[in-house]
Amino acid sequence: MAKEFKLPDLGEGLTEAEIVSVLVHAGDEITEDQAVLLVETEKAQVELPSPFGGRVATVHVQAGQRVKVGAVLLSFADGPGSTVAASTAPAAAAARTAKPAVTVTPAGAPSTPPTGLPPAATPATRRLARELGVELSHVRGTGPGGRILDEDVHRAASGGRPGAAPAARGDRTSSPSASPAGPAEMGRPLVVPTALPSLPRFEQWGPVEREPLRNIRRRSAEHLALAWAVIPHVTQHDQADITELETMRRRHQKRGAEGSVDLTLTVFLVKAAAIALRAHPRFNASLDHATGELVLKRYYNVGVAVETDQGLVVPVLRGVDGKGIREIAAELATLVARTREGRATLEDLRSGTFTVTNTGALGGTGATPIINYPEVAILGVGRSRPTPVVRDGAIVPRLILPLSLAFDHRVIDGMEAARFSTELVGLLEAPERLFLEG
Amino acid sequence: MVMGELPREVDLVVLGGGPGGYAAAFRAADLGLDTVLVESRSALGGECLHVGCIPSKALLGMAALIHDATEAENAGVAFGPPRVDAAKLRAWTQRSIDRLGRGLAAVAKVRGVDVVAGRGRFEKDGAIRVSQDDAPPATFKFKHAIVATGSRPATLPGLEVGPRVWDSTAALSLPSVPARLLVVGGGYIGLELGSVYAALGSEVTVVELLDGLLPGVDRDLVTPLARRLGKQFKHIFLGTKLTATHETATALTVELAGEGAPKQLEVDQLLVAVGRRPLTDDLGLEHTHAQRDPRGFIVVDAQRRTADPRIFAIGDVAGEPMLAHKAMAEGMVAAAAAAGRPAAFEPLAIPAVVFTDPEVAWCGLMEAQAHARGIEARAVKVPWSASGRAVAMGRSDGLTKLVFEKASGRLLGVGLVGPHAGDLLAEGTLAVEMGAVAEDLAGTIHTHPTLSETLGEAAELFLGRPIHLPPPRD
Repeated sequence: MAKEFKLPDLGEGLTEAEIVSVLVHAGDEITEDQAVLLVETEKAQVELPSPFGGRVATVHVQAGQRVKVGAVLLSFADGPGSTVAASTAPAAAAARTAKPAVTVTPAGAPSTPPTGLPPAATPATRRLARELGVELSHVRGTGPGGRILDEDVHRAASGGRPGAAPAARGDRTSSPSASPAGPAEMGRPLVVPTALPSLPRFEQWGPVEREPLRNIRRRSAEHLALAWAVIPHVTQHDQADITELETMRRRHQKRGAEGSVDLTLTVFLVKAAAIALRAHPRFNASLDHATGELVLKRYYNVGVAVETDQGLVVPVLRGVDGKGIREIAAELATLVARTREGRATLEDLRSGTFTVTNTGALGGTGATPIINYPEVAILGVGRSRPTPVVRDGAIVPRLILPLSLAFDHRVIDGMEAARFSTELVGLLEAPERLFLEG
Repeated sequence: MVMGELPREVDLVVLGGGPGGYAAAFRAADLGLDTVLVESRSALGGECLHVGCIPSKALLGMAALIHDATEAENAGVAFGPPRVDAAKLRAWTQRSIDRLGRGLAAVAKVRGVDVVAGRGRFEKDGAIRVSQDDAPPATFKFKHAIVATGSRPATLPGLEVGPRVWDSTAALSLPSVPARLLVVGGGYIGLELGSVYAALGSEVTVVELLDGLLPGVDRDLVTPLARRLGKQFKHIFLGTKLTATHETATALTVELAGEGAPKQLEVDQLLVAVGRRPLTDDLGLEHTHAQRDPRGFIVVDAQRRTADPRIFAIGDVAGEPMLAHKAMAEGMVAAAAAAGRPAAFEPLAIPAVVFTDPEVAWCGLMEAQAHARGIEARAVKVPWSASGRAVAMGRSDGLTKLVFEKASGRLLGVGLVGPHAGDLLAEGTLAVEMGAVAEDLAGTIHTHPTLSETLGEAAELFLGRPIHLPPPRD
């Protein structure tokens, strides 16, 4: 039987991937482990190596297509040596046993035969529902015979419950924020929308372009919205005098030139964070909603936010507490390079316990970073600037680094955050501690 | 300017200029899309205008006139027997077709829709090549395409269209009025055309394979039609199969197999009216991701989008019912979807009308379909003997039937049989789409004396308070 290469289980609960490019053609002779496809999941772009060698008979996918786990990607021609049944065992680390083939999702799936009573709504109301993205079968109609009225659709669109007044009763064009609260609005409960209202037609004011949010950006958008919605963020601002750290960094940077390991400020920040996390375990934790427990992690994996062409990616340096500065520097350099090339592995992207985001290269005196859920804190770093500082009654020029520590106020209170922040500042101002205590 | 083989880039190519195709193209142009409409005929309008709805209605109108004139005798007004000039009737029908065709061309021009003559075929990489007999081919690169190539009459094996064997297209061109016509197929096409020829003087026999006329249509509606057609037609043989035909010098001998049917029958002309088949074979769909089902229909989603996101399919190629107004509605949805608007084809009621005498018309769900969906439904029927207008017209054989959801009184479906049933259906279709309940219909004043009163009366009957019928006993 002809062998087929199916989209392997990618782990992390990922069920589908987008084909970025197909690296082989029908008729190509390929070897086992040869990269055949570049796919993008919600987490990363990865190259898929073929679990077996042979001649490609058919390429079943094309760039841009979304495929589900188990979908057939390539089939191989029956070769003279196709008795290598054992070679169907996936060779790639990512490729575990492929699940039963799932057909490629067509963009236009056939409509299923209807059952039950279709929702009662006039054609005009149905059109309104389509425009507002409301699924009518989920709306309870308040009209005669259960008919769904425009008001019911507006209410569903704003996430309100029946009984709550619609945001724009009887007037589709009026925006509630545009009209001042009149007497009719007095005394009615404030509706907090949980579903997004539809956008206006921007084309009416000028030309627009539409750009699809691709996997990573889409995933970031969803992930950040989740984090922002769930976590009560508080940001603690502080400043570290890194004059000495910078002197030391430059000195060792030069000395290490032949080893070509880049001793960036981020390397020291990661190390300092790991030491501070060990001293303040609640910053290295996650809140378990299901059990109401705080999960305190005894490993220290620091994620570093990296800007890539595909969007923001946070690869993780694992076991930072047990690593020296040079080791961290070397790992960080390869990790960042891999990520920027879109070749970060899934392993690179998970298991973080804390995140550092350093936008200082581009400027800034402070930001309020969003915590990388389910972590509970993130350190934002601005640009270090020579700053006049009063020391022993005299003004001296010092290199001052702005720090912004955002923390989950459900888990960490302000006093703890001040202590953690002070600890970090102390570590950066006395850089020898990074070696002594690391 | 010589374009040669350089492809032209357009937003939308619509294949087929029938009702679905032109509606899609016109709507797309109105939404700002650069639209090309490809049509193989010399005029827009498709099968519907040229060899379907329009000519059949022109002929059926004349047939009704003949019937009415005959029946007027009962009321004391007698006309002489009609003299039919087939050539003149043909020319008159053609003038209606030409006039409508010119109208469509003008409307296309006003909108800036580029009508290209020829047959379009998909090629690789989002291109359509249009070839025509007397001009160089043209290639279009499209962002979106809408397949609206329609259908053709289905054939029976061994019965090729020829001098003695017509399909619906041939019959509508009215080549002659045969003395004896055998209609194979008791669906709406066979019955409409059979009615035309019966009125024009042919002796019409209908054979239908299944055990009832208009298969799939509610029996309450078919029964009054079957009764009247029994008088118009010489014979109706149900559960009967045509097994063989032999052409002799002067006639056609057919062999039949079925209870009550003669083994042999001699006729002058045979009309094959056994349905229609979608035209999807020669479109180059293999160069796209669009998929067809086993019957040849293109598989589409609610937006009428095929498995190839660039390509939509509407009308007869996209599945039953094969009706022009359904195609038009789909065309407008597909055009809006191609223009990036939220649109979906999700009607509650697609009206259907058989233009026989009496007309049969229905929309939405009849009891059987409601029950199949697990809906508890209740039907009420008002016979037209309770309608003053129907009786005054001498046509009390009609029936109005409404199907309601039992608990809410919501109108689910409407069925009508009788003269003008097709026109009466419009109110019912609107009511179903609006989600009207019995109280809405009952509370709407209907003109007296019109046949539309029967709709209000039926709603009152559902509510237990009819006026022209005895109150229901509990």
